[in-house]
Amino acid sequence: MIELIEVMKTYQAGLATPFTAVDRVSLTIPDARLTVLKGPSGSGKTTLLTLIGCMARPTSGRIHLHGLPAGTLPALQAGDSVEITSLPERFLTTIRRRTFGFIFQQFNLVRGISVLENVLLPTYPMGLDHQEVEGRAVQRLEGLGLARLIRSSVDRLSGGEAQRVAIARALINDPAVIIADEPTAHLDSRLSEDFMELMGEFRAAGKTLLITSHDPIVYGSPLADLVVEMRDGQIVAGA
Amino acid sequence: MRAPIQRYRNILDFALSSLLRRKGRNLALIGVYTLVVFVIASLIFFVQALKREARELLVQAPDMVVQRMVAGRHDPVPVAQAEAIRAIRGVEEVQARLWGYYYDPVFGGNLTVMASEDPSLAAEAVWIGQGVARSMRVKEGDLISLRGYGGLPILFTVQKILAGESELVSSDLILMSPTDVRALFNFPTGLATDLAVTAGNPRELPTIAAKIVEQFPDTRPILKSEVLRTYEAIFDWRGGLMVVVLGSAILAFIIFAWDKATGLSAEERKEIGILKSIGWESSDVLLLKFWEGSVVSLTAFLSGVLLAYVHVFFFSASLFEHALKGWSVLFPRYQLVPVLDGYQLTVLFFLTVLPYTAATLVPIWRAATVDPDAAMRS
Amino acid sequence: MIQHPGILALLLASGLVSLLLMAAGWQGLRILRGWDLHSGSEGQLDLERRTYLVSTLVANALVIQILSLFLFIFTADGLHTQFVGAMCAAGSLAADPFGYPTLLAKIATCLLAGVWLILHRADTQGYDYPLIRPKYVLLLALVPLVLTETWLQARYLMGLKADVMTSCCGSLFGQGRQGFAAELAGLPHQIMQPVFWITFVALLVAGLVLVRRRRGAALFSLLSLAFLLVSVASLISFFCLYIYELPTHHCPFCLLQREYWFVGYPLYGTLLAGAISGLGVGVLAPFSARDSLKGILPRMQARLAWVALGMAALFTLIVGIWMLLSPLKL
Repeated sequence: MIELIEVMKTYQAGLATPFTAVDRVSLTIPDARLTVLKGPSGSGKTTLLTLIGCMARPTSGRIHLHGLPAGTLPALQAGDSVEITSLPERFLTTIRRRTFGFIFQQFNLVRGISVLENVLLPTYPMGLDHQEVEGRAVQRLEGLGLARLIRSSVDRLSGGEAQRVAIARALINDPAVIIADEPTAHLDSRLSEDFMELMGEFRAAGKTLLITSHDPIVYGSPLADLVVEMRDGQIVAGA
Repeated sequence: MRAPIQRYRNILDFALSSLLRRKGRNLALIGVYTLVVFVIASLIFFVQALKREARELLVQAPDMVVQRMVAGRHDPVPVAQAEAIRAIRGVEEVQARLWGYYYDPVFGGNLTVMASEDPSLAAEAVWIGQGVARSMRVKEGDLISLRGYGGLPILFTVQKILAGESELVSSDLILMSPTDVRALFNFPTGLATDLAVTAGNPRELPTIAAKIVEQFPDTRPILKSEVLRTYEAIFDWRGGLMVVVLGSAILAFIIFAWDKATGLSAEERKEIGILKSIGWESSDVLLLKFWEGSVVSLTAFLSGVLLAYVHVFFFSASLFEHALKGWSVLFPRYQLVPVLDGYQLTVLFFLTVLPYTAATLVPIWRAATVDPDAAMRS
Repeated sequence: MIQHPGILALLLASGLVSLLLMAAGWQGLRILRGWDLHSGSEGQLDLERRTYLVSTLVANALVIQILSLFLFIFTADGLHTQFVGAMCAAGSLAADPFGYPTLLAKIATCLLAGVWLILHRADTQGYDYPLIRPKYVLLLALVPLVLTETWLQARYLMGLKADVMTSCCGSLFGQGRQGFAAELAGLPHQIMQPVFWITFVALLVAGLVLVRRRRGAALFSLLSLAFLLVSVASLISFFCLYIYELPTHHCPFCLLQREYWFVGYPLYGTLLAGAISGLGVGVLAPFSARDSLKGILPRMQARLAWVALGMAALFTLIVGIWMLLSPLKL
C-alpha cells in the first residue's frame, strides 16, 4: 500500500514563476487493485506517477510505502514501512528496481539493440546471474507472444509489439507494483482492450496497478477499482 | 562478491555496444586522439632512441680526454705529456690521439680524419665510412684526392669501406696512418690532437683529472660521464621543448574532447534518460561513461603508440626529419634501435590520457545525473 | 630546470590533481553550507547530484596521485645521471632540499585521499547521508595538502640543475654518515628486527580482536600506521640488504628497478593499501553510534581490517621469503 500525505512538487529552476505540478495531494493506493489517475494533460497526473514510483522526490510532504518484502533495503524486515522522501538516490533506486515496473507512454525502448537486450537492461546494474535472468526474460516474452521477435531489433516493431516489449521489461524484476503512463495513447481500440485484459491478468495475480489515462477504455473499464480525477495538480474526485 | 563483478561486466558490455552503435561520432574522436598520441609518442621514442645511441656510442669512448687550451681555444697537446700523465696513480693507459676535420669543398661538409695504428691499413690508403663513399661516389679500389694543408693535393687509395652497422660512428670518417695524417694537415711532430686516458677504477677519474690540471694548468680534461650527462641533458631539453611546443596541440585536443563530451547528441541524451528511468542509478551511468572513455582512450593510446613505433623505428621518424634535421650531429641515416619501456609509456599516458579523462569528467557527470523522470516529462 | 618530458608529465599531473580537488573542495563547501536532507527543494536535489561529482573527482584524483607517486620516483631515478655522485633516485631527491618533502607530501596525499574514499563508501551505505559533514570537512583539509604538494613538487623539479654535486645513496644511506636517511640506515638491525616482528604480531592480534569482538578499532588503526612506518624503516635498515645481497646498500628506491624483479612495487603497494585500510578503520570508529550506520560500520571495519592484515601478511611473506633465500647472512 502506498500512502501520500500532503505531497507537493514545485518546479523552479529556470522559470520566472515557480510551477506547481502537484499541489498538496493526499492519496492512498490500495494493494492488488487497479487505480486509474484521470485528468487532462497538465493536471499533474504524470508527475504524481513519478513521485509514487520513486522516480522523483516531492518538494514537501511524505510518501510511505507499506508492505515491502524483507530485504528490499538492507535491514528492512517484512511488514516495515519506508518513508521515501529523504532517501538518497541510491536507496530510492534500489526500492524502485525491486518494487515498481514502469510502462512509459513513449515505450522508451533503446534503439539499435534487440528486444531481449531491452528487456534485460534494467538488470544490468544489479549484477544478477546472467543465465537465470535471461531465462526469466525469455519466459516473459514468450508469455506475451513475442517469442519469435526475441533477437529482432526494436526498430522494426509495431506499436502493439513495442508496448508488449515495454511490458516485459517492466516485469523483469517481478515488481509488486506496475505503473503505466497513458498506455493506450498510441493504440487502437482493439489493442487497448487487449492491454486492459493483460492488466486484468496481472491484477488477478496480486499485483498493484496504477495507470494514468484520459482514455475511457481505461478509466471506464470494470477492472478499475479506484478512479482518481485530477485537475491543476489537485485531486478533484475519487480519493 | 560476484554481483559487483557481474555488474562491471554487464555495464562494460553495454558500453561497448553503445560505442559501436555510434561509430561515426566515436571514430572522429578516436582519430584525433590517436593523432595526438602518435605525435607525442613519436617524439618521445625518437629522443629516447637517440639518447640510447649516444650512450652506446660513448661506451667505446675513452674514460677521459685531455685537451690543451690556448687562450680558451683547443690546441694540439705535446705527446710528451702522455708520459707524465701515465705516471699518475690510477691511470691505466694513455694514448695520443691524432685526428681532425677536413673540409671537402667539392662535395661540401666536414669529414673527420683519424689516425689508425691498424697494421692492415696500408700507407697512402684510406678506410672510409659509407657516408664519405656516397658523397664522393667512390668504391673500393678507387682513388680519392684530398687537398693537403701544404697546398698540394694528396692521392689516397680507398682500401676499405667501413661496414654499415657502424654508420653512426663511422659515416663521415676517413681513417689513415698517422704519417699520412701528419702529411695531410701539416701536423707538427711531437704534438697530438688530444690524449685519451683510461683509468683502472672509474671512480677515481675526478681525482685524476684534478691532478692533471694541477700538473698541466693549460689542459682541460673531459670526462666521459660529463659528455654523457651533457648529451642526455640536451636531448631531455630538446625533448621537453618539443613537448612544450606540442602543449598547444594537447590543449586543443582537450578542448575538443571536452566539447565532444558536453555536446551529447539528442539520441545519447534520450538513451541516458531511458536508462535512468528504468532503474539505472547515477553511479551506474557514471560507470558506463567511464567504461566508454576507457575503451576510447585505450584504443587511441595503443593505436597511437603502434603507429609511432612503426614511424620512428621503421621510417626513422621521416615525418619529423625536416623539422629536426639540424638537431644533432647524430641524425641517423639508418634505422634506430627500437626501445620501448614502461617509463616512457607511462609518461605518454600522463601527457595524453590523463588530460582527456580530466576534461571529460564534468560533462560526463552532468549527463549522468539527469533526473530519472526527465524521460517521462518529454 | 631540466625540461624532461617526464618532468612535464609530473607537473601536469600535479596540476590536474590540484584542479580536481579544488573543484571538489568548492563543491564540498557548497554542500556543507546548503545541506538539508529533509527538504525536497530543487536546491537540495541539486546538492545531492553534486555529491556524485565530488566522489568522482576525488576517485580520479587518487588514481592519478598514486600513479604520479611512482612516476615521480622513476623520474628521479632516471635523472640520477644528471647529478654527479647520484647512483639512483635517492641521490636525485637529495640534490634539492625539496626532493624528500615532495615525496612525503605525495604519500600523505595518497593516504588521505584513500581514507576519504573509505569514508565516502561508508556514507553511501547509510540511508541518510550520515557522514556528509565529516566527509566534506576532511575534503577541505585535503585541498591545502594537495596544493602544498603541487607547490613542493614544482619547486623541486624546477629547481633541479644538472651537474649539481650530491651524495649518492652510498653515502646518504651509509652507516655513520649525516642526514636523516643515514639515521635510518644507521638503525642497527639488531634493534629493528625485533621491533618489526613485535609490531607485526601486535597488528595481527589487534586485528583478530577487532574482527572477533568488534573492539579496539582505534588501537588497530594506530598499529596500522605504526606498521607502515616500522616497515619502511625496516626495509631501509635490513630487509633491503637481503634483497641487494650487500651489507651496505640501504637504498629504498633501487628495489623498484628491473634487476630486483621490481619487487619494490608489491612491497610498497601492500604497505600503501594496508595503511589506507587500517587508517580507514580508525577514521570510521567515531561514527559507529549513528543510527543509519549501526549495522553496517562494524562489518565494513571488519572487512577493512582483513584487507589491512592481508596486506601486512603479504608484505611480511615477501620479505620473509627473500630473507630466507638470500645468500646474505647478517
